Amino acid sequence: MSLKIIVLAKQVPDTRNVGKDAMKADGTVNRAALPAIFNPEDLNALEQALRLKDTYPGTTVTILTMGPGRAAEVIREGLYRGADEGFLLTDRAFAGADTLATSYAISMAIRKIKDYDLIICGRQAIDGDTAQVGPQVAEKLGISQITYAEEIRKVEEGVITVKRRLERGIEVVAGKLPIVVTVNSSAPDCRPRNARFIQKYKHAKTVTEKQTAVADYTELFNIRPYLNLEEWSVADVNADVKACGLSGSPTKVKKIESVIFQAKESKSIAPTDDEMDALMKELIANHTIG
Amino acid sequence: MNNLFVYCEIEEGIVAEVSLELLTKGRSLANQLGCKLEAVVAGCDLANVGEQLFPFGVDVLHVFDDKRLFPYTSLPHTSILIKLFQAEEPQIALMGATSIGRDLGPRVSSALTSGLTADCTSLEIGDHEEKKENKVYKDLLYQIRPAFGGNIVATIINPACRPQMATVREGVMKKEIVDANYKGETIQHNVNEFVNDTDFVVEVIERHMEKSKTNIKGAPIIIAGGYGVGSKETFNLLHDLAAVIGGEVGASRAAVDAGYTEHDRQIGQTGITVRPKLYIACGISGQIQHIAGMQESSIIISVNNDPAAPINAIADYVITGTVEEVVPKMIKYYKQNTK
Repeated sequence: MSLKIIVLAKQVPDTRNVGKDAMKADGTVNRAALPAIFNPEDLNALEQALRLKDTYPGTTVTILTMGPGRAAEVIREGLYRGADEGFLLTDRAFAGADTLATSYAISMAIRKIKDYDLIICGRQAIDGDTAQVGPQVAEKLGISQITYAEEIRKVEEGVITVKRRLERGIEVVAGKLPIVVTVNSSAPDCRPRNARFIQKYKHAKTVTEKQTAVADYTELFNIRPYLNLEEWSVADVNADVKACGLSGSPTKVKKIESVIFQAKESKSIAPTDDEMDALMKELIANHTIG
Repeated sequence: MNNLFVYCEIEEGIVAEVSLELLTKGRSLANQLGCKLEAVVAGCDLANVGEQLFPFGVDVLHVFDDKRLFPYTSLPHTSILIKLFQAEEPQIALMGATSIGRDLGPRVSSALTSGLTADCTSLEIGDHEEKKENKVYKDLLYQIRPAFGGNIVATIINPACRPQMATVREGVMKKEIVDANYKGETIQHNVNEFVNDTDFVVEVIERHMEKSKTNIKGAPIIIAGGYGVGSKETFNLLHDLAAVIGGEVGASRAAVDAGYTEHDRQIGQTGITVRPKLYIACGISGQIQHIAGMQESSIIISVNNDPAAPINAIADYVITGTVEEVVPKMIKYYKQNTK
């Protein structure tokens, strides 16, 4: 038995390294100002897909990502680890999308890919932490979902068995294919890049990347067509432009405020024996502790 | 019509804390809007939920009682909310930012194209002027949450689509009974009119739920560690201090991500919200997401070797030093002074 798996991956700004220019005046994220990484839980998702590929020979793993041109990097990272192909959904009209407009665009791209048994993605992306896109894509495709997955145990006769890690326990559930599975960070880490795949795919490029590259890749790409990474626009996936991007987003950012904490009158204490002794005495005396 | 709905979670016949907290918030928003507060419960053996819910000011309770609705699976509960919301047209729908609410909310909002804001830390009612359309939207739900990166709070609105949906974590809102004798109406719905047999495509084979191992939410003293603690070994010092002075150990997200401690100790917007008598922040710089979860602590002590750590601004006591240096001294002088 072989499976057709689509992994949804997002390139995210590394929120662990945020500077002052992180937000634009309109309240959306200024991605250009931040280092971009493969969303961590999407890597956990990719690993689950690759394990299925190891278990069920003939299985294919397709990376689907949406973002600006540089998000093609996510596809290459996937290919380096064992994915078979990837598509980049990119169009100015997708910009400013909330989770609903995002899931609409992704669901239209999945309809274009058409053949799939399983869609796997990270539970949530670190730049928003909403955990909404997976379930919203499932709903738009009219299929079910298994969220908070920690381990895909098996797929047999069209039924997938998944262990879920919830905030207060675990569940093992069985669901009929096709289905969306969203994966937690408690799942195993993704395998590292494979030297052979790096060698094979290091020149993989989108049309836009080829046009801006210094070297001429025409001949190479004619010999090795798998190096072509397809870019899809709104029109390519037959999406309604009004349902995409800012115009397709029911939620709007009304305002953003820098937070200024109500500063307290704080008492400075040096970590000396005398001052620490005095502090503990004070806390005991006023019944804060003890 | 156009009332405020809260989806309530039930485990073993008991309504979840987060649902009661949302009903409390929902009641006060409904009063402001002049609308009713309606609660939805779906599960089995729900005979006793009314007496748990009405004291929180529920005007209408929608009950969906069917063996197949427990344990929770995505599609049947989604079908119930979609059909109920299509018929009742709520203006606002709230649910817990739990593994259930975060599974259910997005599906319902996707089907109703209504928009959904996750993990709100505050909900308010207000107007919005859309200058381009020259239009004023009255009485919108302001869905307020810390956004991106840590130093910004965003107010999200949903001007045109209904319901305005939001999820909120447990502990963020305060639970408060309105009136122990509050009377509301109960509607027992015919579940078969809401769900299809084809909704039961996912089956729960095994289920082990446990009470949380930690009791951070109710602890009067919390010692929390951040990334600045530096290592798992140093993090153990916090447990030593907690054992001596009788507290619980919490952590910032960065400390959890670094593997210093377990996820269920995470305090902040995407973790637990706490209001202890004493909060000792060790090696925590103080991103807004963390502050959101502990700023109502009565007394805050910050232990940080960076005198400019943002958390120091809200601390009552600022100790500039390392965790390795300060925490053992706290233990030593606590013991010495309590003998």
